[in-house]
Amino acid sequence: MKNEEVKLRCHKIVGGVAEGEALVSHEPICFYLTDPKTGVVREKNHELAGKNLSNKVLVFPSGKASSVVQIDGLFKLTMHNLAPKAMIVKDVETVLIVSAVLAKVPLVDRLEVDPFEAIHTGDSVRVDAGKGIVIIRKHM
Amino acid sequence: MNLTREEERILAGELGEGTKVAMELLVAIGDAFDAEKMIPISRAHAASSGQEGDMYFVELLAKGGAKCRVPTSTNPVYDIEVFHKLFKIPKDEAAVARRVMEAYKKVGAILSWSCLPYLTENIPLYGETVAFSESSATPYVNSVIGATTNREAAQSALAAGVIGKTPLYGLHIRENRKGTVQIKVEATLKDSFGYTLLGQFVGERVGYGIPVLTGIKKRPSTEELINFCAMSNTSGAISMFHIPGVTIEATTVREAFQGDIPKESITVTNADLQRTCEKLQSARGGKIDFVMLGCPHYTLKQIGQAAELLEGKKIHKGVAFWICTSATTRKLAERMGYVETVEKAGGSIVVDTCIDEPCWTVYRDQVGMTDSPKCAYYRRFKDVIVAGLEECVQAAVKGEYS
Repeated sequence: MKNEEVKLRCHKIVGGVAEGEALVSHEPICFYLTDPKTGVVREKNHELAGKNLSNKVLVFPSGKASSVVQIDGLFKLTMHNLAPKAMIVKDVETVLIVSAVLAKVPLVDRLEVDPFEAIHTGDSVRVDAGKGIVIIRKHM
Repeated sequence: MNLTREEERILAGELGEGTKVAMELLVAIGDAFDAEKMIPISRAHAASSGQEGDMYFVELLAKGGAKCRVPTSTNPVYDIEVFHKLFKIPKDEAAVARRVMEAYKKVGAILSWSCLPYLTENIPLYGETVAFSESSATPYVNSVIGATTNREAAQSALAAGVIGKTPLYGLHIRENRKGTVQIKVEATLKDSFGYTLLGQFVGERVGYGIPVLTGIKKRPSTEELINFCAMSNTSGAISMFHIPGVTIEATTVREAFQGDIPKESITVTNADLQRTCEKLQSARGGKIDFVMLGCPHYTLKQIGQAAELLEGKKIHKGVAFWICTSATTRKLAERMGYVETVEKAGGSIVVDTCIDEPCWTVYRDQVGMTDSPKCAYYRRFKDVIVAGLEECVQAAVKGEYS
């Protein structure tokens, strides 16, 4: 097995260092619509429906839904140690930032290339939010 | 972000752990949006919810000795004393609600427990810089009043209230307040339910943006504007809109777009609103178990309308009839005799709460009716019929909707 390593710059929103397997969603995510006791996405018709986002490095375009439900959703996952390890997004809004701060999940945006081209589900990804660096290891 | 010496000291925890946590959150938001600095706010509204995430943050601030520096009102939770007499509420849920309410009191928030603070308990003026969370509050304050706020979360609004500042970004900057899409209203808006449907439609179609509504013939009422705000910011993320000649920042379409030519326009017809209404229904008709009104909270005028419709009538046996409102509004409704009329008919007017609270779990497997798509969206019940107030009252009296 050959490993290819790519190092990319990003913009820190919530600090922290985390490493894990990437899970990519091209659709916005509402954490309220995941099972707080398993981390499985239960939103019908969602691209990640049935997939487990716990302890993954989650790559998605943005958050969605009202502030109350979004924050409570991610917070409940954190309480059960099932939150994503880190989050890489394209667009941020205030609610997602607050959710990540409360859940203490590293959050970055503005990857120097399109995150959906650079990262694929299953890649190993290390996020060092403080340094503004994302390292992607592809398993070829 | 450039912080002043005082802001640096707060961030370093020199003024206590509570204000430090609040400042950390504001700095994270400011950094994310490349805000240049913090700006003072004059008031805030925290969309408290009585849920665990809410409890975690407000208790963190309360334990850390934080106090609100500017008037900061609160959203509905629920009055445990009232609901314990009515339903069985799970012990742990009730404990969360109680702790949340105590913590907000400890940080010195205005205990309004109302989702329309901008009408009574905490009213911004034109041009004020504020931090208002809550779906109807954010767009109402920006558009109707002309104060500036971003689409805050409960926690960022509370943090802003504690520090008395918010990062300078988003809707606090004039250029970001210009229209992004024109909505040509061809539909007839007969009553406040028409604005409810219009809000639902615009939120769904625009998603995120600043709609500019044209073609509205009759000046909308306060309640109609509230409904439009609540629904468009639930089905979508509409933090601001313009109705040239009605809302405060634009008298013409050109002004609403700040001189730009609208890139996109969407037409709304009666058929669109009809379809929007049909999509909201999860039940067609038949027997109903309850009617739920007041999402967002009913104003005094709406309670008066409900009372007038119920005058001399009896709500059908087995049908529960609820109106949610604020404590201040209920007090006036008592004086006006509205509460007595509604109660005589078999209904209840409850304060401090909202349909999204755990106290309503008793209706989980029942069929209900409401005039609010937002209530239906957050529903904790089996099926919902969404219709105007008059139809809701008629169905409550008959015991069924047909």
